[in-house]
Amino acid sequence: MADVPNNAPQHCPGTTSDQAGQTSACQGCPNQNICASGATKAPDPAIEEIKVKLATVKHKILVLSGKGGVGKSTFSAHLAHALASDETKEVALLDVDICGPSIPKMMGLEGEQVHQSGSGWSPVYVEDNLAVMSIGFLLSSPDDAVIWRGPKKNGMIKQFLRDVDWGELDFLIVDTPPGTSDEHLSIVQYLGEARIDGAVIITTPQEVSLQDVRKEIGFCQKVKLPIIGVVENMSGFVCPKCKNTSQIFPPTTGGAERMCEELNLPLLGKVPLDPRIGRSCDEGKSFLSEVPDSPAAIAYGNIVQRIKDYCASHVSISGDNSD
Amino acid sequence: MDHFDWVIISKGGRSTVSGYLNGSCVEVTHENAEENFMKSTLSAWRKIAVCNLLINRTGLSQVRRVILVLSGKGGVGKSTITTELALAFLHAGKKVGILDVDLCGPSIPRMLRVCRPDVHQCDSGWVPVYADAQQNLALMSIGFLLEHPDEAVVWRGPKKTALIGQFVSDVAWGELDILLVDTPPGTSDEHLAVLENLRKHRVDGAVLVTTPQAVSTGDVRREITFCKKLGVRILGLIENMSGFVCPHCSECSNIFSKGGGEELAKLTGSEFLGSVPLDPQLTQSLEEGTDFLQAFPESATFSSINTIANTLLSRIQDD
Ligand SMILES: Nc1ncnc2c1ncn2[C@@H]1O[C@H](COP(=O)(O)OP(=O)(O)OP(=O)(O)O)[C@@H](O)[C@H]1O
Ligand SMILES: Nc1ncnc2c1ncn2[C@@H]1O[C@H](COP(=O)(O)OP(=O)(O)O)[C@@H](O)[C@H]1O
Ligand SMILES: [Mg+2]
Ligand SMILES: [Mg+2]
Ligand SMILES: [Zn+2]
Ligand SMILES: [Zn+2]
Repeated sequence: MADVPNNAPQHCPGTTSDQAGQTSACQGCPNQNICASGATKAPDPAIEEIKVKLATVKHKILVLSGKGGVGKSTFSAHLAHALASDETKEVALLDVDICGPSIPKMMGLEGEQVHQSGSGWSPVYVEDNLAVMSIGFLLSSPDDAVIWRGPKKNGMIKQFLRDVDWGELDFLIVDTPPGTSDEHLSIVQYLGEARIDGAVIITTPQEVSLQDVRKEIGFCQKVKLPIIGVVENMSGFVCPKCKNTSQIFPPTTGGAERMCEELNLPLLGKVPLDPRIGRSCDEGKSFLSEVPDSPAAIAYGNIVQRIKDYCASHVSISGDNSD
Repeated sequence: MDHFDWVIISKGGRSTVSGYLNGSCVEVTHENAEENFMKSTLSAWRKIAVCNLLINRTGLSQVRRVILVLSGKGGVGKSTITTELALAFLHAGKKVGILDVDLCGPSIPRMLRVCRPDVHQCDSGWVPVYADAQQNLALMSIGFLLEHPDEAVVWRGPKKTALIGQFVSDVAWGELDILLVDTPPGTSDEHLAVLENLRKHRVDGAVLVTTPQAVSTGDVRREITFCKKLGVRILGLIENMSGFVCPHCSECSNIFSKGGGEELAKLTGSEFLGSVPLDPQLTQSLEEGTDFLQAFPESATFSSINTIANTLLSRIQDD
C-alpha cells in the first residue's frame, strides 16, 4: 500500500501502522528510527486546516477514471456549467491534473493568471458564480511542461485546497488525471476530514477502457470513497449525413451497463460521441449552451440532475458530523 | 507451500520482486532451485522464479534500438500505436520487445491477448512473456504481476520508480532489434524513471502520439518540451483518430477535428509521421487481441500504420 517506502523490507507493516518500526521485519530497515519515533503516524496538519478552510463548501464531487482521454475534464467542465446555470448556486471547479491541465482551455480561460489576495490565491472566474483553479494558470507559456515527481504534485494539490480563497460554495468539482496514484491519494487524503460526497466515474464503452475503470472502482473501495455513479461517454456516433449509428468504441464486454450490473453501481447515463462537444471544448465554450437540444446535451442534463439529487440526499457540510 | 499465492525461486541473494506481488509469497533459495522447481509436480501454484540477479544482469545489452512512445494526453492511442508498430516491425522480420511502464493502466497484455503466464524464470532476471510461438515478440508489463486483472495499483511515485528501475535493468530481453516503451500520459515519475534507467543503456528517440483536437495537442506540446529538456530526440509525431469514415455512407466525419497533429509538428519543428484514421475495426481488433495488420491489409488504416513503421525503421537504421 501507499505507506510502504520503496526501500522497506518485504514485511514492512507500513509507516502509519501502530507497529511501525517495531516488528521483526523493521530490523535493519533504514526507516526504522523514524518509524519508531512515531513521527510517521501523525497525520499531516494540513488535513485539519483544509477541513476548516472548506467548512463553507456544501458538496464536494470528484470526477475520476482509470483511463485517459475518456472525457473526465469534458464532463467536469459541463457539470460545472450546468450547476452554475442556477444563479443562486456558487460553483467551483478545481483541476488537479498537474501534468495535463485541460480545464483552462475548456473553460475559455487560457492565458489567465491567478492573483494573490489577502486570504490566499484567488481563483479565476468564468461567471460570477463559477470559479476555476488549475495549475495552467500558474504556467507562463503553453509550452511549459510540469516535470514533477509525486511529492511536488502533492504539495501543489495541498495548496489548491488550503491556500485558495474558495469562499462559500455549494459545489466543488474536482477534475483528476487518469490513474490511481499520487494525485488521487492526495486529494482523498487531504479531503479526508472535509468529507467528499462521492465520485463520478467516467468510462468509454470498450473493454480496454473498462479494465482500467474497474481498477479505479477498486481504488474508491480501498479508500472508502462513495461512488455516485458511472457515466458512459462516447457511446455511439450518429452519422450527420445518413443518421446511422456506429459504435466507434464498441461495448465488446457489455459496456458500462454490464459493468454497473456486475459491480452493483448506478449507471448515471450515456453520452454519445458528438464532434460538436470536441469543438466546444477546443473553443472554450459550453456545449450545453451552444447546442442545447442535442441528444448529448439532454443526456448531460439528465446525468446532472441525478448528481444533484444524490447530493441533496447527502447533505454533508464538513464538520457537521465530527464534533 | 500450497497455500502461498506465489513461489519465488532464487539461486542466492534476496530477490526484490516480492515487494510488488499482491498475496502471500514464499521464497526458496537453492542452488538448483530452478531444476527442482521445474520437476516439481505442484503445477497449480502461482509461480515466479527469480534467479540470482547478481550473476549476469544482461538486461538491455543485446537490445539494438530503444524507442519511447509518449503523449502528454491520455487515451490518444499510445498503447494502440505501440502494439501496431510492434506487429508491423515483427512482420518486417524484426525481433521486437514491448516494455509497458503504464503501471496504473497497463493495456498491452490485453491488446496482444497474452494471459498471465505461469512461470517467468531464467538465469538473468525476469523473463519477458512472448506473444508468439517463435518468441520474436517479447513483453513485460505489470499486468503480468497482478493476481487479478481488476486489481488497482495504488502506488505513489517512489514505488513506481523502483519497479520501473527493475523493469529496465532486470528483464532478460535477450537479443532484440527494437524495444518499444509504452508509457502512461504525463511528464512525471514514470517518465523520469524510465529515462533515467534507459539512459545507462540507450534511448534512440521518442514517437509522440496526439489526437487532432486542441485539448490534446496542448498537452503534447508540453510533452515536446519535456523531451527537449531531457535531451530525448523526437523521431516524429503521429496524429491518431484522424477522421472517421461512416461504414454506411462513406461520409468522413472529423469527430476529434482534423490536422492538429500536423500543425503541431510544424509549430515545433518536429517531423510529422502520418495520421491514423479513427477505425472501429482497429478498436475491435485490440479488444479481441487479434492482429489487425493481418486481418485488414486492404484498409487505409493498415497502409498508414505500415508507412509510419517503415519511416521509423529507415530512420533508426540510418543511425
Ligand atoms: N461525448 C463526446 N463526444 C465527442 N467528443 C468528446 C466527447 N467527450 C469528450 N470528447 C472529447 O474527447 C477528448 C478527451 O476528453 P477529455 O480531455 O475530457 O478527457 P480526459 O479523460 O480528461 O483526458 P485525460 O485523461 O488526458 O485528462 C476532448 O477533446 C473532448 O472534447
Ligand atoms: N485509430 C484508432 N481508431 C479506433 N480506435 C482507436 C484508434 N486508436 C486508438 N483507439 C482506441 O482508443 C482507445 C484508447 O487507446 P489506448 O491505446 O489505450 O490509449 P492510451 O494508451 O494513450 O491511453 C482504445 O480502446 C483503442 O482501441
Ligand atoms: Mg483531463
Ligand atoms: Mg496506454
Ligand atoms: Zn518501517
Ligand atoms: Zn453515414
